[in-house]
Amino acid sequence: MAAAPPSGFRKPPKPLLALAALIAALPLALTNNYTYEIAILVGLNAIVCVGLNLLIGFAGQISLGHAGFFGLGAYGSAILAARYGWPALLSLPVAVAAVGLLAWAIGRPILRLTGHALAMATLGLGIIVSIVLATEDRITGGPDGMAVPAFFVQGEKAWYWIVGATLLVAVWLAQNLIDSPRGRALRALHGSEVAAGALGIDAAAHKLSAFVISALFAATAGALSAHYSGFITPAKASFLHSVELVTMVVFGGMASTFGAVVGAAVLTTLPQFLTVFKEYEMVLLGAVMMLTMIFMPRGLVPTLERALAAARRIGR
Amino acid sequence: MLSQYLLSGITTGAIYALVALGFAIIYNASHVINFAQGEFVMIGGMATATFFEAGLPLPLAVPLAIGTATLVGVLLEKLAVEPAREASVVTLIIITIGASILLRGLATLVWDKKIHRVPAFSGEEPLVIGSGAGSATLLPQVLWVLGVSAVAVALLTWFFRRTLTGKAIIAVSHNRLAARLMGISVRRVLAVSFALSAALGALAGALIAPIAFTSWDVGVMLGLKGFAAAILGGMGSSAGAVVGGLALGLIEALGAGYLSSAYKDVFAFLIIIAALVFLPNGLLGRRAAERV
Amino acid sequence: MLLRAESVGKRFGGVAALEAVSLELEAGAVHAVIGPNGAGKTTLLNVLSGIYKPDSGFISFQDENLTGRAPHQFAQAGIGRTFQNLQVFFNMTVLENVMTGRWLHERCGLAMALLRFPALARAERACREAAAALLEMVGLARWAGSRADSIPYGALKRLEIARALAAEPRLLLLDEPAAGLNPTETREIDELIRRIAARGITVVLVEHNMKLVMGVAQHVVVLDYGRKLAEGEPAEVSRDPRVIEAYLGAEACSR
Repeated sequence: MAAAPPSGFRKPPKPLLALAALIAALPLALTNNYTYEIAILVGLNAIVCVGLNLLIGFAGQISLGHAGFFGLGAYGSAILAARYGWPALLSLPVAVAAVGLLAWAIGRPILRLTGHALAMATLGLGIIVSIVLATEDRITGGPDGMAVPAFFVQGEKAWYWIVGATLLVAVWLAQNLIDSPRGRALRALHGSEVAAGALGIDAAAHKLSAFVISALFAATAGALSAHYSGFITPAKASFLHSVELVTMVVFGGMASTFGAVVGAAVLTTLPQFLTVFKEYEMVLLGAVMMLTMIFMPRGLVPTLERALAAARRIGR
Repeated sequence: MLSQYLLSGITTGAIYALVALGFAIIYNASHVINFAQGEFVMIGGMATATFFEAGLPLPLAVPLAIGTATLVGVLLEKLAVEPAREASVVTLIIITIGASILLRGLATLVWDKKIHRVPAFSGEEPLVIGSGAGSATLLPQVLWVLGVSAVAVALLTWFFRRTLTGKAIIAVSHNRLAARLMGISVRRVLAVSFALSAALGALAGALIAPIAFTSWDVGVMLGLKGFAAAILGGMGSSAGAVVGGLALGLIEALGAGYLSSAYKDVFAFLIIIAALVFLPNGLLGRRAAERV
Repeated sequence: MLLRAESVGKRFGGVAALEAVSLELEAGAVHAVIGPNGAGKTTLLNVLSGIYKPDSGFISFQDENLTGRAPHQFAQAGIGRTFQNLQVFFNMTVLENVMTGRWLHERCGLAMALLRFPALARAERACREAAAALLEMVGLARWAGSRADSIPYGALKRLEIARALAAEPRLLLLDEPAAGLNPTETREIDELIRRIAARGITVVLVEHNMKLVMGVAQHVVVLDYGRKLAEGEPAEVSRDPRVIEAYLGAEACSR
């Protein structure tokens, strides 16, 4: 085979800079507050998906309850800010850190499970979180949600830059991890856990770190989302939201950080177009999920990459 | 009070058991977790309501509803699962979740978002059994739920043990290639499995509809609970599905009665997660040894 | 004595895969474990690499009691292995597989990874060079950039060996490295084992290919139905009537 780069199967050229350029240039195309809102929503989902992709795509685990971390980050920061008067700059990192700690505590026993048992456990935990958030209405405002104090900056444009910057940091951190020996260790776990163990890789420790990192990303996005909207409801921690997040990761392409971003982008904007079809929204969403997974089981970005590689070979 | 909780627990438990059996059968034949299983339950209830409202007597409406769901099940297998049979676990999960969203969307179009009533199969007068402190009131429908579920499980056991098709399904679940080499059509087995699971789900939906009403989204929680019950009992074990279903129903009822009704689901899921952590293969699951 | 296994037993349900197996492995030699199918050879390797915890007995490596520890701790102690059913990382390239093998020698903390400390780039380059050298040694250099799922079976077996060597083990367990290989490839494995032994690495070889075993091993252990049947030098063992009766048959008698 011709001289392929020895350290990687695919090496996209400086994609982080490309993403930064995209984020910087996008406002030129955003015409009103509504489009900014969508862009911010995409960014927030992308942050969660980049982290979730580390867990699902690289470490080969599954989580059907990640919206729970999102919700806990959101409510954590909201409650500290609204009920205890903390400034958002303090409530956010503290809430995120607390969620990370929780993820660390739960992760240890849970990640001993694999496959469907793990799917069930994460699903159950996510539902538990959403039920607790909806029931403890004295603290959380119940199923109708609660108001969240604003950030020190307000307005669509300011939030766009905040979310955009956070996304860039998230992608940078994720890519660094993946390119490092620890990234190889994660992929090794996915490839063959028993062989990884025989090379001295502590499966439990690495799965746990992927789990905690993905929880931190989700909690950060959740907290930002709460302060941005000024409002938060338990629906943000629902099973449906968890499923949407996993779908974004799988749709974009597992084991691809940029796939996760693309997946978030496509599946966040798609329903916006579908609201035109009000009644058919669910039917179309379900159909899209099914068709894309049937015809592009590896996800959008890897399928496109392969198509491009094949086209290049034919073109020679 | 305890007897009341136990009774209500076994009743919901029987429903969960039927749904869980549906999960187990499909999983055994194809290693797919069919997250659309709950939607079969929904179709069972909603179609029964519709056929009844259209004037058909219940003894006709229920089998027709089950037949409808069975058709949907076979279509799901042919159109969504078979084309994607080489895909990864996560991908297949997304496909079936997409199917469940699609089916729910179709339900709002075909029917509506309202709650529908289905009359009890044999009367609404509650019966009283026992007396004094140990007494319990039960709706006749409860007897239908328990009775029909028991008959269904018995029939299934006979089907898997005594009929050729049933044994073919078990063969495929153990070793697909070997089954093929024996002349078993895996495609037919898959279709039959989905049909069977859909029928079971729809039966559960029709049975519970008079007690719990039915609407376009009853399938969501029921499906999740059925999945939880199947995993609790040991994914892939039919006996486990039944045991898991009954256990889950009882845990929920006792939790609602003695702790808090708002947190009954939390209680149930916590117990399931704890059970999985200590018994990763479920209550009756086999320990699968990986050959290295 | 590099490794001592004392009265190791392992049951699966009602079946005793290993029963009271004791052995002592001297450093610097090539040892072989042979026996009919089902004799417990792979189970023994799994116990020696920590994948199975023995139900009875203990394992001591370099005078350290490793019994009951996790597999990655066995690896940390200096025991490496290959697998009978290939456990190659098919989601990586050939080079990345071997680079992963360097894990124990490139401790990379979480902060270091997330924040991309400058030292990491240097360490990665060294890792890549070490991995490339190993690929050279096993003859896979030209496939370095290929995805692992695109190379031939014989190459995959050598890849597993290169990956295991990357961890610089003191003891290397090879589980049927020649299984499914043609005579030419088998000769290459034979040569490779000799080169590994020449580096001072103690090798334990589980094999069915008697020619390979008798040619390269200095010490042979025979298992039958989970028990140690005989042990000694290859020539002695192949003459032992109990061994012949259980396993080797007329073919080896003619040696």
